[in-house]
Amino acid sequence: MAGKAARSLAKVLVVLFFMFPIFWILVMSFQTNGEILSLPPKLVFTPTLLNYASLLVGHLKTSVGMLTITFMRNVMNSFILSAGSVALALVLGVPAAYAFARFKFRFSEDIAFTLLSLKFAPALLVVLPVALEFQQIGLDNTYVGLIWIYQLITLPLILWIVRSYFEDVSPDIEYAYRVDGHSWLGGFVKIAIPLAGPGIAAAGLLAFIFAWNDFIFALVLASGPKQPVTVGALAFVTASGIQYGQIAAAVVLSIIPTFAIALYAQRWLVEGLSLGAVKG
Amino acid sequence: MSALDVTSLSVGFGDRQVLRGVSFDVGAGETVVLFGPSGVGKTVMLRAIAGLEPRARGRIVLNGRDVSAAPPEARRIGMAFQNFALYPHMTAFENVASPLNAQGIAAPAMGERVRALARLLKIDHVLEHLPRQLSNGQKQRTALARALVGEPDLVLFDDPLRNVDAKLRYEMRIELPRLLARRATPSLYVTQDFREAMAIGERVAVLVEGGIAQLASGAEVYERPATLAVARLFGDPPMNLVPAQAEARGGGVLVRAAGLGFGFATEMPDDPIFGIRPEGLVLHRDSGPGRTAAKILAVTPASEQYVVLARTEGGIELLLSRETPPPSEGTEVWIGAARGSGALFDRTSGLCMSNAPVMEEAVA
Repeated sequence: MAGKAARSLAKVLVVLFFMFPIFWILVMSFQTNGEILSLPPKLVFTPTLLNYASLLVGHLKTSVGMLTITFMRNVMNSFILSAGSVALALVLGVPAAYAFARFKFRFSEDIAFTLLSLKFAPALLVVLPVALEFQQIGLDNTYVGLIWIYQLITLPLILWIVRSYFEDVSPDIEYAYRVDGHSWLGGFVKIAIPLAGPGIAAAGLLAFIFAWNDFIFALVLASGPKQPVTVGALAFVTASGIQYGQIAAAVVLSIIPTFAIALYAQRWLVEGLSLGAVKG
Repeated sequence: MSALDVTSLSVGFGDRQVLRGVSFDVGAGETVVLFGPSGVGKTVMLRAIAGLEPRARGRIVLNGRDVSAAPPEARRIGMAFQNFALYPHMTAFENVASPLNAQGIAAPAMGERVRALARLLKIDHVLEHLPRQLSNGQKQRTALARALVGEPDLVLFDDPLRNVDAKLRYEMRIELPRLLARRATPSLYVTQDFREAMAIGERVAVLVEGGIAQLASGAEVYERPATLAVARLFGDPPMNLVPAQAEARGGGVLVRAAGLGFGFATEMPDDPIFGIRPEGLVLHRDSGPGRTAAKILAVTPASEQYVVLARTEGGIELLLSRETPPPSEGTEVWIGAARGSGALFDRTSGLCMSNAPVMEEAVA
């Protein structure tokens, strides 16, 4: 009994610890800048929707004049960049994952590991040379350039998760399909991909979240009109002060998509990341 | 023309040669059983014939078509896998219809053919179910239906009854040969169970160490195993194989083993081994010529017989089987051989030298 109570208490503490920042951001997003900065912090206040309204409308009256906010465009950019890089990573990564799972070819393990090792390098190490090269070939400040560089984030993730899913599908099932008279490609599309479906979905969603949360690459490689929300939030650091209310509202709005995805796909994520869950 | 002609089929994994130049054929409408211990390469052989084994070397001819280099989808083969290998995301109907789909058969004709075969295999009521909703027996039958429905030139069965319960196994041992005969489908059937081999195969190929040690009817393999290895493998309870002494006697060989004597009209073996089936030994309550004293160590009731383990005075352990209950453990008995039972092997060559004892005599 005591053990059970202690465990419950521990759970509550863990949840409080991790959820508190999100809760506090949510509270802040309904407060004015003045209320946010008051000491001690106010827990009782009249909630205001001004922060959200200014984000959606696109401008904000401040003490020194009108501030234009490109937040909605930033959200759109985040969507385009994240969805684009996940789509590209799926197109490239799923067939590659299949090859690594099914065929043992020369250096296959080394190639797979090299792809994974791309994730080991700190982004800062890569981003400056890439920025210079992108300027030369005209890819800086483009969706294409960012989606390309985001493959560093998304491709290894998809490759390694999906590979283990393909490895879980019994090769006999694919052999049976071939013997039935279907081509190799038919087996890949009709058997391997549907059976690895949950893993592909999990990897795709996870990659989407990782791409969405990127800051460094976007900060260096994209300016104004192509910036995602993570970088766009910097705009709230203005000459007249930091707009904490808007930042909080922007954070709340920008974590909604990833939060929703994570909640919706929780089952797949857990399954997809704990292997062997799809054995039929 | 035979349905399947395999010539010099070899498969090696690294420096391990699993199949070494195997040649055999399956006649039109014939069922040949591939029998052998696990790990001997039976499944590898099936996979090579189906085109699923890229390391296979040799010639495979199906109905006169050389398919040695053809991909699996171009071979017109049906295959039932040991683990069923059903498509988990498709219904039983879609599973069975898969080969017809590949052949581009129109939906109405396809539905008819699937349902007709499903009725025959008693799975017509579960066609809309997913594989995970099927019992093992139903999965099994679905896999068999899928292997047969496309009217392939050859059907490969990879130990399909291994994972089903005993009742179904007995049913299928009776049903499957009927079904195959009715459709005149030539087939190659893998099993490790000698009874299944005898029940299903018109001929049995015994695979030992990468080659076929004997290819003959099941009864022939059982009664006259060609080699020591076949004698060891084919039969349950297995054949008694005991060390023997041989001496030349009037143009033949007199063999003494386990206190019994047998004459064979053959040459002198290098290293003689005497073999006798458990049912070829007879228990006696009293001594007599051609009998050896022994003591019963254990009695095991098997399905339709009793298996007796006895030890002769010379310390040789023998297995006997009989239909009537034997005396209890510890009883002193005398063991003799039934007329015509017994075989002589040469351990050096591994071959059977004779399986027709011509004379019997008591050896003191």
